Amino acid sequence: MINKIVQSMAEAMAGIRDGSVVLIGGFGSIGQPNALIYGLIEQGAKDLTVVANNAGVGHSGLARLMEVGRVRKIVCSYPRTSDPVVFAELHRAGRIELEVMPQGTMAERLRAAGAGIPAFYTPTSAGTKLAEGKEVRKFSGRQCVLEEAFFGDVALIEAWEADRWGNLTYQSSARNFNPVMAMAAKLTIAQAQHIVELGALDPEKVGTAGIFVNRVVHVPYGEPTVT
Amino acid sequence: MNVHANAVAKTLAACKPWSREAIAARAAHDIPEGWYVNLGIGIPVLVANYVPPEREVIIHSENGILGMGPAPEPDKINPWLINASKKYVTLRPGGSYMHHADSFAIIRGGHLDLCVLGAFQVAENGDFANWATADNDGMPSVGGAMDLAVGAKRVWVLMEHTTKHGASKLMHRCTYPLTAPGVVKRVYTNLAVLDVTADGFVVREIVHGLSFEALQDVTGAPLRRAH
Repeated sequence: MINKIVQSMAEAMAGIRDGSVVLIGGFGSIGQPNALIYGLIEQGAKDLTVVANNAGVGHSGLARLMEVGRVRKIVCSYPRTSDPVVFAELHRAGRIELEVMPQGTMAERLRAAGAGIPAFYTPTSAGTKLAEGKEVRKFSGRQCVLEEAFFGDVALIEAWEADRWGNLTYQSSARNFNPVMAMAAKLTIAQAQHIVELGALDPEKVGTAGIFVNRVVHVPYGEPTVT
Repeated sequence: MNVHANAVAKTLAACKPWSREAIAARAAHDIPEGWYVNLGIGIPVLVANYVPPEREVIIHSENGILGMGPAPEPDKINPWLINASKKYVTLRPGGSYMHHADSFAIIRGGHLDLCVLGAFQVAENGDFANWATADNDGMPSVGGAMDLAVGAKRVWVLMEHTTKHGASKLMHRCTYPLTAPGVVKRVYTNLAVLDVTADGFVVREIVHGLSFEALQDVTGAPLRRAH
């Protein structure tokens, strides 16, 4: 019997190594798997490269992971959120590296990794500082930039419902990066508010098929707060 | 063209500049029924509050919402539903959610009629800059702007006409790193509505009480009158 549901956070985090590339879902705090982030802090892996849309807000979740010194580099599209106090301080002190990536390029590089596409050309960022050093080629008279697939060692995902095969559903705009990140990592770990019986999920509503998910942990935390 | 802060202050005192809300309302007025429109962070997201409810304009938000509605009543908040500025929003009947790769397929794939963005600078050749400045290089934040700039059929910019130091944000050429070259078609500021044409900035409308000459005095690029 396939059962991807694990009974403890320690079991969910087992085997994550120092130096891993960790993909973390969410757009701001919505869809961000905070319980898994705290589990990762507890687990202790360090020297991490984190890929997320933002660089953490306040002192919780992703910001906390950075604050306790586990993140060597952050790859994100938009660090300048309402209160990026931890990132700003670490970056000023030269203790964290930043790579800024256009949001759509980030999403597509992750998707490409999961989809077996080693690289693709995109018009995004052509003629700007972010295209410097990248191969550029003209298609239909338009400058396009070569971008490579972006793989993660680990993906941390927040879902709404899950079953023991790892099928996931999402809630409203909390879907965001979670499905593409789930595809792009070797080890995909999801936290879910509800665990349901196999067959209980409407197949039409599954947002991530279980084939992309390795472990599921039940975290019924309620409603998110916007940060 | 050097414009002093006090000269700008005098000009602004002599007329009635549009508020941020008025700029958003002015742009909303020009969006025809049937358009698919993305709204960026800052003044642009306010546009959603000013599209008349009887006019069907379908608003897209980069974090995976198509058919976004205005801010909710305080007792009707969906805690999982936020816009690009991470504020609570609603979903109109007919709206849908999608993950980030599909959301940016909408953006990059040429499916949007319009994107409305904020900017630090707009040049008379349609270049614009909205993600990094010399001052805050510690936190360059591109978000989805570069994808939107190359993907939407048109780009409109909504911004203040001058910086708080009185420098014109409309210029001959941008001095900050570009978001995309040559894409801005129209600019709505607190002082005027301008088209960006092959001949540079063409003034379509000026705020009440401000002359063309006075507008030219606070603008860092030559202006033409609309015929």
